[in-house]
Order: sequence, then structure tokens, then C-alpha cells
Amino acid sequence: MTISHRTFAAAALISAALVSVASGQQTAKVAPETIAAYVKNTWKAPAEGWQARVDQDQTQRICSETRNSPGKGDFEKILAREVASVAYPADGKVLGDWKAGEAVAQIGTGGQFSDKADGPRGGNCYACHQMAAKELSFGTLGPSLLEYGKIRKYAAADAKAAYAKIYNAQSVLPCSNMPRFGHNKFLTEQQIKDVTAYLFDPESPVNKP
Amino acid sequence: MRIGQRLSLVSQRTLLCKRLTLLCIGLLMSIVVAIPKGQAQQAADATEKEIERYRAMLSDPFANPAFLNVDRGEKLWTTPRGTKNVSLQGCDLGEGPGKVDGAYAKLPRYFTDADRVMDLEQRLLWCMETVQAVDMKDVIKRRFSGPGVISDMEDLVAYVANKSSGMKFAASLAHPKEQEMHAVGEAMFYRRSAVMDFSCATCHSDDGKRIRLQGLPNLSKSGKNAQETMGSWPTYRVSQSQMRTMQHRLWDCYRQMRMPAPDYASDGITALTIFLTKQAEGGDILVPSIKR
Ligand code: HEC
Ligand code: HEC
Repeated sequence: MTISHRTFAAAALISAALVSVASGQQTAKVAPETIAAYVKNTWKAPAEGWQARVDQDQTQRICSETRNSPGKGDFEKILAREVASVAYPADGKVLGDWKAGEAVAQIGTGGQFSDKADGPRGGNCYACHQMAAKELSFGTLGPSLLEYGKIRKYAAADAKAAYAKIYNAQSVLPCSNMPRFGHNKFLTEQQIKDVTAYLFDPESPVNKP
Repeated sequence: MRIGQRLSLVSQRTLLCKRLTLLCIGLLMSIVVAIPKGQAQQAADATEKEIERYRAMLSDPFANPAFLNVDRGEKLWTTPRGTKNVSLQGCDLGEGPGKVDGAYAKLPRYFTDADRVMDLEQRLLWCMETVQAVDMKDVIKRRFSGPGVISDMEDLVAYVANKSSGMKFAASLAHPKEQEMHAVGEAMFYRRSAVMDFSCATCHSDDGKRIRLQGLPNLSKSGKNAQETMGSWPTYRVSQSQMRTMQHRLWDCYRQMRMPAPDYASDGITALTIFLTKQAEGGDILVPSIKR
């Protein structure tokens, strides 16, 4: 009797452990301070100005700990914080030059420790998205953006929403895998306007099947 | 004499290999150009098949210049060096002093003498320092090879890893420090940071994803992807014309992540390596391999 009772308890424990692994949620197998100590040991003395890249902001920390599936409370908090960070152009015009935007979408360099500080810098959108039909070298981490503006009838409200999405992807979807290009000051306001035009200008190859 | 013959053979093959690469790139480009627009998916599929064929060709061991590193590594292992003027045959890679066969398949692991968990590169550095007392600054300066720079570390890794080729990964998680590092490695795999908000999981946690046309292995689960990936490092990288180790691969992924360069042979890299090696458990080790 006692033996079978113990066996049951042990089995319950084991299955609980299995579930926590399989669910892919935060498993808290190791203390945050321990992880922080390893991180510190791995980047002991980053170059001037680079320590901020090793450290996490609140949003990055929560998305890491929850493996991009924040609970309802965290979800709302991230959303509010990221929405507040979006800065629209002062003149309200979110569309720049689509030709310059094409370069922003194509260029994959900038900001790497192997890059020159004043070298070309782009959003590398093609790493993750299909955009113009003629460009066959595109990645699949994000959805296809083929004919993005055309499908939306070039509506001004949709262009503004796309600008916000590119400025801060997490202002739309907390813990999105897409970088927060404006919020992280990776792209300039002009570059974000240009790439928004690449999606929304009727002359852009994105909208020419 | 025998080694000399093998060297010239290898360098001939390097040339052949470079020609083949050009041919392959040409083939890929012609496919991309020949497909009419509006059929991007078909083009991507065809490209994927072509890349598959290209990979199969590159794993031909007789066309692999990394066997030059294996030969150099063997010589380094057996040559007396450092101020103590001894060879690495006194180095314990976990299976006993001087035992190389099968050692790589069980790394990273806990070492009592150092009271630390170490991957192959950390252990080799430890042995060079404590057993041989070689000039560590010079060794670390040449950690990655480049034009005109030969790396002792890459050569030794090629030699030692090759002595586990044909075996299966069997890393132990018996020691509490191994368990801690495995858990840290898993956490670091999901840790987002820097100006792109990337973690390893951004690029390596779904099946069948690509960056541009480059296929990405799903390393978030154990099984075939993780096994084929981990079982093929160290590898000769045709695009870099060098043999590379896992330290270099993760250094390169952190570069793409816009992080600062991780310190060579630091504990975070070993933690990630334990996590990835565990995901690859049961997989065949076939190294050094050759890839893009
Ligand atoms: C690392 C991958 C990655 C990169 C780089 C990236 N994106 Fe995304 N993007 C995503 C993912 C994943 C989604 C879907 C999830 C979401 O909506 O956040 C997405 C969604 C979007 C959407 C919304 C699509 C919809 O459903 O309406 C737009 C617009 C967009 N991306 C534009 C861009 C532009 C422009 C760039 C470059 C400046 C870019 N992305 C770079 C991954 C990426
Ligand atoms: C921005 C995208 C990106 C991120 C983030 C990233 N990687 Fe990679 N990773 C790649 C690409 C691209 C390759 C090259 C694939 C190839 O050449 O076959 C690669 C290759 C690898 C490989 C070797 C694959 C093979 O088949 O040989 C390993 C292992 C790996 N990455 C692990 C990691 C780890 C661990 C991290 C986090 C520290 C990470 N990656 C972060 C894009 C990324």
C-alpha cells in the first residue's frame, strides 16, 4: 500500500517535470543571477558603448524568460510601453522615397562588430520577408509582404500602421521576433519612411506582380 | 613522406573544390534566373534541392582540405613544446592522459583537476598552459586562422575531434556543474538582446525556415536537425577557405546578432555548446566535415 502510494507520487512528480519541459514555458531551472554571471563572464570587457547591447531592457528580459509567450499581465505591460515609444514624423508624412527604401530592405550590414561604424546600414527585411516578386532571394522567418500596399488599397491609415510596425514591431505584437528598428535606433526616421514607401508606393516593385 | 604526399594531394583537391564551388554558384544563379516570376515558391524549392546536392558533394571526405588540419594537429599533439618541453600526450581529455580516441564524443564534461566543466577548446588551453607551459597569448591571438595565419587550436580540434568520427555524442549530465551549465546554455539560447532583439531562438527554433536562401537548422528540439548540425563540426568552410570550430560558429552568430564578440573559450559559449550537444545526443559524429 505505502509502496504503491510512493510510486504514484514519484510518477506524478516525473510527469510534472516532463510537462514543464514540453510546454516550452519558463522552467526556472536556474537562477537569473547564475545566468547573469555567465553572461558577464562571456563578455568581460565589451568595447566602449557596447555594454548596453549585452544588458537587456525590460521587454527583452520578459520575452526571454517566457520564450516569447508572455502571460496576459506581461503582454499588456509590454504593449503599453512599446506603443508609447513610437515616434511619428513631425510633419505626419510616413512615406519617403521607395527607391531609397529598396536599399534599406536589401542591405544586411551595419552594427556588427565586423562592420565599419560609417559603413552601409539597412533593415535586412529580405532576410525574413518576401517583398518584390522579382527578388527571389528572400527568407521565411516573417510573412510575405508581396503587394503589401496594393492589397491595402494604399490606405493612409494602413501606411501609418506599417510605419509604427517597422518603428517598433512590439507595439503591435509583444515579443514579436521582428526587430524594433526605430525604438532601438537601428534605422533613422528617414530610412523607416523610405522602407514604408517601398511597401506603399504604387510605383514600388513590391506592388507590381 | 607519407604526410607530404597527403599534403600535395589535399592542395590539389582544394583547387578542384574551389572550381566546383564556382560551378555550383553558377548553377544556382542560372536556376534563379530561369524561373519566371510569380513562381517564387517553386524557385525556392528548386534552389533548396540544388543546395542539397551541393552539400552532398561537399561532404566527400577525399575532397576535404580539413584533413590537412588533422595532420598538423596530430603533429602538434605529439611534439614537445612550451617551457616544460613536453608533448600533449600528458594531457587528460577525460579518458585518461594521452587518450584521444572517443574523447571528443564525451565533451564538454566536468574535470576534477580544474574543478570546472570544459569544452574541447577550454581543455586544450588548460593542457597547453599547465602541462606544457606554452605562450598562451600567442595561441589565443591565433585562435581563428586567416590569410597567412595558421591556428594551433583549429588544428588540434580537427585532430582530436576526428578521433571520435564515426562515434555518437554521449555527453554526461551527471555532475551538478554539468547540469547547471546545461540549464544556463538553454537560457542563453532564448536570451534576447542588442539592437536587433535577437536570440538564437529567433533563427533556430522552427522547422524549414530560411534567412534569404540559407536554410536554418531548428536547434530548439532534439533530433535530426541538431544531430546533423552538431555532428558536422568542426568543418571546412569553403566560403572562408578555413577549417572552423564551434567557438568560431557561435562567435559568427553573435556577430549577426549585433552583440559584442564573445570572449574566446568563455563559459557562456561552453554552456551553449553543452545545450546544443545534448540536443544532438545519439547523433553520429562525422568530422571534420566540409560545408558552404
Ligand atoms: C528577424 C526577422 C525579421 C526582420 C529582419 C524583419 N521582419 Fe518584419 N516581421 C517578422 C515577423 C516574424 C513578423 C510577423 C510577426 C509580427 O507581426 O510581429 C513580421 C511582420 C511584419 C509586418 C506586418 C505584416 C502583417 O501581418 O501585416 C510588416 C509590415 C513588416 N514585418 C515589415 C518589415 C520591414 C519593412 C522590415 C525591414 C526594415 C522587416 N519587417 C524586417 C520578422 C522580421
Ligand atoms: C540572425 C540569425 C541568426 C541568429 C540570431 C543565430 N544564428 Fe546560428 N546561424 C545563422 C545562419 C544564417 C547560419 C548558417 C547556416 C548555414 O550556413 O548553413 C547559422 C548557423 C548556425 C550553426 C551551424 C549550423 C550548421 O548546420 O552547421 C549553429 C550551431 C548555430 N547557428 C547556432 C546558433 C546559436 C547557438 C545562436 C545564438 C547564440 C545562433 N545560432 C544565433 C543565423 C543565426
